[in-house]
Amino acid sequence: MQENVERHWSATRGLMFVMLFLWLFFSFGIHFFVKELNEIVIGGFPLGFYMAAQGSLIAFVIILAMFASSQDGIDRKYGMAEDE
Amino acid sequence: MAAPASTDKGDFVNNLRKIYGIYTGGFFGFVIILAIAEQLGVPNQYIGYAFVCLTIVVYAFIGIVTRTTQVSEYYVAGRKVPAFYNGMATGADWMSAASFVGMAGTLFLLGYDGLAFVLGWTGGFVLVALFVAPYLRKFGAYTVPDFLSARFGGNFARFLGVVVLAACSFTYVTAQIYGTGLIAQRFLGMDFQIAVYVGLLGILLCSMLGGMRAVTWTQVAQYIVLIVAYLTPVVILSTQKFGLPFPQLTYGSAIQEITALEQSMIQQGLATAASLKPHIQPFTSYSPLNYFGLILCLMVGTASLPHVLMRYFTTPSVREARVSVAWSLFFIFLLYFTAPAYAAFSKLEVYNLISNGGAGTAFAVLPDWIETYSKLNLVNIHGISLQTFYDVINVVKGGAVDTAGVAAQLKATGAETAGGFAAMKEPAKAAMLEAARANVGSSPDQIWDAFRTAVLPAVAQAAGNTKGLLLHSALAINPDVIVLSTPEIAGMPYVIAGLVAAGGLAAALSTADGLLLAIANALSHDVYYKMIDPKAPASRRLIVARVLLVIVAVAAAYTASTKPADILAMVAWAFSLAAAGLFPVLVMGIWWKRANSLGAVMGMILGFGITLTYLVVTRYYPQFGIEYLGMYANLKPSDFTPVVDIAKIQADAAVWNVSPVPASHPLAGKVGWFNVNNISSALFGMPLGFLSIIVFSMLTPRPSQAMYDFLDKVRRPRGGTILEEKDTVVA
Repeated sequence: MQENVERHWSATRGLMFVMLFLWLFFSFGIHFFVKELNEIVIGGFPLGFYMAAQGSLIAFVIILAMFASSQDGIDRKYGMAEDE
Repeated sequence: MAAPASTDKGDFVNNLRKIYGIYTGGFFGFVIILAIAEQLGVPNQYIGYAFVCLTIVVYAFIGIVTRTTQVSEYYVAGRKVPAFYNGMATGADWMSAASFVGMAGTLFLLGYDGLAFVLGWTGGFVLVALFVAPYLRKFGAYTVPDFLSARFGGNFARFLGVVVLAACSFTYVTAQIYGTGLIAQRFLGMDFQIAVYVGLLGILLCSMLGGMRAVTWTQVAQYIVLIVAYLTPVVILSTQKFGLPFPQLTYGSAIQEITALEQSMIQQGLATAASLKPHIQPFTSYSPLNYFGLILCLMVGTASLPHVLMRYFTTPSVREARVSVAWSLFFIFLLYFTAPAYAAFSKLEVYNLISNGGAGTAFAVLPDWIETYSKLNLVNIHGISLQTFYDVINVVKGGAVDTAGVAAQLKATGAETAGGFAAMKEPAKAAMLEAARANVGSSPDQIWDAFRTAVLPAVAQAAGNTKGLLLHSALAINPDVIVLSTPEIAGMPYVIAGLVAAGGLAAALSTADGLLLAIANALSHDVYYKMIDPKAPASRRLIVARVLLVIVAVAAAYTASTKPADILAMVAWAFSLAAAGLFPVLVMGIWWKRANSLGAVMGMILGFGITLTYLVVTRYYPQFGIEYLGMYANLKPSDFTPVVDIAKIQADAAVWNVSPVPASHPLAGKVGWFNVNNISSALFGMPLGFLSIIVFSMLTPRPSQAMYDFLDKVRRPRGGTILEEKDTVVA
């Protein structure tokens, strides 16, 4: 049981770090290069501007959906999920 | 008696789709009826009143129908709110008057740098889901301080939590009530003071009888109104201009046109390179450090603001709490990814007006929307507005004979245009006075014509504008105007403007409800029940909760009615205060078993303390900061030269010896450490909070084994809530 608790938590923590990395990338990392990205224009949008106005926001929504389903998968795998 | 209440609730929850489907259909039908009424000649004012009154009546109806006498219904809506609907409620809870009315305007003014708010107010939800919300839901808290008390052994940690919560929520709720007052004043011509108390009534009707349960279901209704209201004008505009009803896709073309116009306006001498900030160019208003610092503070603040976190206490399970965060962000995203489109369309409209195909626009032909908003002092040209002119006409009527007399009387009557008039050049003042004399008793149309043809040219000439044309640098638009004026600028019927007003009100009311509940619940549950009278029966707890709710609401409405000068700026502070005071202790409390009581207490005191100190000193006591705390002037993002010359101000005793300084003072908010703006002050407090928790925890004994077991339970979803509440039914 205790071993299972630890494995569940280490999987949870691992997922957290992956998601945290994605969050860091879309919150900060990609915007460090805004000037370079602005050279690329798609549909009238300079890419650097677009990422801050829409791209990162879409990424956040996807990250959250991925996180909810992956964490649920981890909970089920280690028998830690709630009863339906 | 519990049984009928819960089946009743069960029926309601099972029929949510039907109920809100009918509600949404009814709302569209209502808009169509008013549109027809407008075509039949019903005056605009009645349409505006119909919008505001009917929506408030509906919210109040929901608030009354969902009243409750159960403690768990009052505090956490019985934990029965499905993820999808909780997402909508969180969207309304989260998006305030500032998001609805102000966001697009900020993007209009700041261009790329304004996107720090768009990023900061969305990305934080990732942190909410990763670090905090599911665990607090599993724990089974009624309030955020509940968790602090259970994890960090007692009421001192709880008390500190209440202090931080109250500090970041009270100014915020005051600003929302202020927002309802402004919207009602601008759209309905209601007196500001009266409008504030009407707003208060709307808020109380929604929240007082049903607590969290009532607030949840009104917030869902408010979300639907606010998102329809936000999207409708800009979708129409996009369809008119580009033939596609997706403004989020079409505003790319607007950005291209804006960039072209920026260059041509400079070439034609209608704008100067110094005053024009290119829309897509980064770091013109904030240095990179402040831009990214602001994003971080807003995101972390999001993940620790109690009124947001407590929304996730209401879901049926930990799993649904996580899914609910995703839905929340989706519903918020719908508004935030549209805001830059508003900004771009408005900017294009304004730049087209200034450029006018290269010929420029003479003052005599300024369009009527400038009349509407300049009359409210929201559009200024060369520092004056149509309201300035109206005020001058009024004091001339009141007997002012020369320009000095006008200035003195404006100041004496407390007119907000007094400063603008005083700053005018003498020939401009004389021209305005002469025009005012000629227009005592004129109709509004005549006054607007006199303003365009006589006043503005004289003012422009005195200000050195030799072209006699509307110049980019001379035009100052209040950011709040952007969303509110879009329907009018695009020539849409008034019913759309009424819809926007109803949306703005929904945004302000829903956020105010959530904040009010957060403060009142902390006072009634944490302070009264847990600290003062732990034996209080459920019936008394609910009475105390409601009385405190009314007291806090009236206090906030009273504060708002005095029009505190800094209220909107102080909202931004709430994020830094929460980020520094609550985020470290919540995250470490859940993720680091070794964290103990002393670490938590010191982390909150030091993190919150330094952030609050930095905010107060830089804004109100900059001289103290310079003399005793080693602060110096912030730097301009363009060339990294100081924004103020401190030595020069120090030499001028009349300016230096002001304390506390008003917002207009040259030093207010202009000094600090390491060029960090005070809006990002959690950059100091947050790391210090984390560090203090680690250092003080390591210096003192580890928590007990029982606490380690407790954390294991918090970390696994299985097994129901940990905190068991006695849920006595009293009715």
